[in-house]
Amino acid sequence: MPLLEVKDLQVRVEEREILHGLSLTVNKGEVHAIMGPNGSGKSTLSHVIAGKPGYEVTGGQILFKGEDLLEMEPDERAAKGVFLAFQYPVEIPGVATMTFLRTALNAQRKARGESEYSTPNFLKKVREVAASLNIPQDMLRRGINVGFSGGEKKRNEVLQMALFEPSLCILDEMDSGLDIDALRVAADGVNALRSPDRAMVVITHYQRLLNYIVPDVVHVMSKGRVVKSGNKDLALELEASGYAQFEEA
Amino acid sequence: MAAVQETVDRVRQIDVDQYRYGFETIIESEKAPKGLSEDTIRFISAKKNEPAWMLEWRLEAYRRWLTMQEPTWARVDYPKIDYQDLYYYSAPKPKKEIASLDEIDPEILKTYEKLGIPLREVEVLEGVVRPEGERKVAVDAVFDSVSVATTFQEELKKAGVIFMPISHAIQQHPELVKQYLGSVVPTSDNFFATLNSAVFSDGSFVYVPPGVRCPMELSTYFRINERNTGQFERTLIIADKGSYVSYLEGCTAPQRDENQLHAAVVELVTLDDAEIKYSTVQNWYPGNSEGKGGIFNFVTKRGDCRGANSKISWTQVETGSAITWKYPSCILRGDNSRGEFYSIAISNGYQQVDSGTKMLHLGKNTTSRIISKGIAAGKSQNTYRGLVTAHRKATNARNFTACDSLLIGDKCGAHTVPYIEAKNTSALFEHEATTSKISEDVLFYCVQRGLSQEEAVGLVVNGFVRDVLQQLPMEFAVEAQKLISISLEGSVG
Repeated sequence: MPLLEVKDLQVRVEEREILHGLSLTVNKGEVHAIMGPNGSGKSTLSHVIAGKPGYEVTGGQILFKGEDLLEMEPDERAAKGVFLAFQYPVEIPGVATMTFLRTALNAQRKARGESEYSTPNFLKKVREVAASLNIPQDMLRRGINVGFSGGEKKRNEVLQMALFEPSLCILDEMDSGLDIDALRVAADGVNALRSPDRAMVVITHYQRLLNYIVPDVVHVMSKGRVVKSGNKDLALELEASGYAQFEEA
Repeated sequence: MAAVQETVDRVRQIDVDQYRYGFETIIESEKAPKGLSEDTIRFISAKKNEPAWMLEWRLEAYRRWLTMQEPTWARVDYPKIDYQDLYYYSAPKPKKEIASLDEIDPEILKTYEKLGIPLREVEVLEGVVRPEGERKVAVDAVFDSVSVATTFQEELKKAGVIFMPISHAIQQHPELVKQYLGSVVPTSDNFFATLNSAVFSDGSFVYVPPGVRCPMELSTYFRINERNTGQFERTLIIADKGSYVSYLEGCTAPQRDENQLHAAVVELVTLDDAEIKYSTVQNWYPGNSEGKGGIFNFVTKRGDCRGANSKISWTQVETGSAITWKYPSCILRGDNSRGEFYSIAISNGYQQVDSGTKMLHLGKNTTSRIISKGIAAGKSQNTYRGLVTAHRKATNARNFTACDSLLIGDKCGAHTVPYIEAKNTSALFEHEATTSKISEDVLFYCVQRGLSQEEAVGLVVNGFVRDVLQQLPMEFAVEAQKLISISLEGSVG
């Protein structure tokens, strides 16, 4: 059984159809890249999988581990193992990052019927993961994402990914706003999480990111559909020739 | 920490409907005849065995009150109150004079236990020995109108601190009461304060002698139980030169259909170099989901920094009441004195809050700080109203004000009404205000990480009010945090 199966998905936002019958199959252990120009529906796809309000699914299906994902609340999806790394992570003043991480992790564990982490165990786990991502302790005490640099925000997303151990990670434009060094640190963090039990969907405009996170499969999206799929060479091809060839199709 | 955890667990056990404090204790009570007249006042005064001067004081206030009009300037809307349709005095019928906690009606004690707050009192009852050095809280409990017992009297006595029901203070320390009662909030002050002066039935009295740091947190727990009773408590706290005291006040009321009136007066006085920290967690019954019932909370709280270098700090967490009309204020009379106001006001359902503060700078180099966090949800209206003034002689007066409002949903309102008057050119007043909504993006971020909608709102709101929560004593901060989440239940989705 595939981990994620998107079948003929049709999605509207305020009466305008954004996805017109999109299909995608992702198996455990695979890394898929989704590329495409602005407005092709890449972010919409990631939002619909995660359950963001404001999108109307008018046709098709999303199965996750064989279950109907569209029937679940967003927090249930998270507990089942769907993780979305945001393009623009939000700032929540007054809520310490550490508090947020513990509250979220325990909420997920509770939803799965697992016991909550004790404080010492939790701290130990966070410190280990944070150290591996080069995240200083004082960042964990600050309000979540408040005053974080672009790189810090993205590393904080990777930190959560490592902590929650999801089976599906969707990375939405992870490279936006990052310089090359920050990108490398974040990408190393992501690569460390590649595993036979986990799949990743990497959404990006640019091939650059895929030098660091090398995908197994590359899909090109245009006007709400997947128009071409291939191996990692497809990304290089796109970099050379641009999206224009697909726009006309 | 253990006590805090215990408190949290206790609060968790109190699961009664939406309003978690909606239960009624059935005990015999003794009421004054319905309605307000000189006879009612004489009845109350006689019940309390008051000296003639006290009765005169009350009657004078009553005659004054007859000439006054109910104020209408606040942004609140409520049906006309029939002052002749209320009971002005209700006391649990005492079998005899109460000498110790053992003699209190077990029904009353059970009520306190349900309220979950005065745990220390329960501990004392159960003979729990606390380790040396742990912080203690002395409780003066006001049940309906009468103060039923105060704890830790012995230890306080050793320190020279007087902490007793004000009715006892009138008997035992008339010189202090005469000197200070009405000296901050005069009997002619305003409609509700004047009414309180006429009919107040009990409340707390605290006197901290010069140079004494009160060895424990003092706490009062108010609860309105009897039907149709107004609760008019009167609190007077005096911190003599160089002393310090921290005072906590918690309020709850059982759930009822009709509105109940609460018009309290709190007066604080600090002499030279003294400090009073006054914290309130108010969760009176706010009315049901259609806006029926609930407490009308018309309270006058004022502190007078009478001495040089003195300080008064108000911290309030207001989550209850159908109507809140409350402006804990500071008169900064002494040179270099300081006033602080930290407030969290949460309104949900049909609640209406008009609350804020007054900082009156009279002395030189006086400073004040106002941090107000208003959260409006449901169909509620939440107004911050604040006055900052500098007198001609208040050279170098400084104020900093920050008012932040958070809206949840699109049927509520938040309003900020600051009044600023400076009568000298050296005053420096700063005012900042923000209004924001909990954005969809923030909520989605939280739920994507596994929090439910309600947990997400609770988390964001607790972050929003964090600066103020940190001002509360530890025991209260945990209660308050819990209370904030409870009072916002059902505000999303």
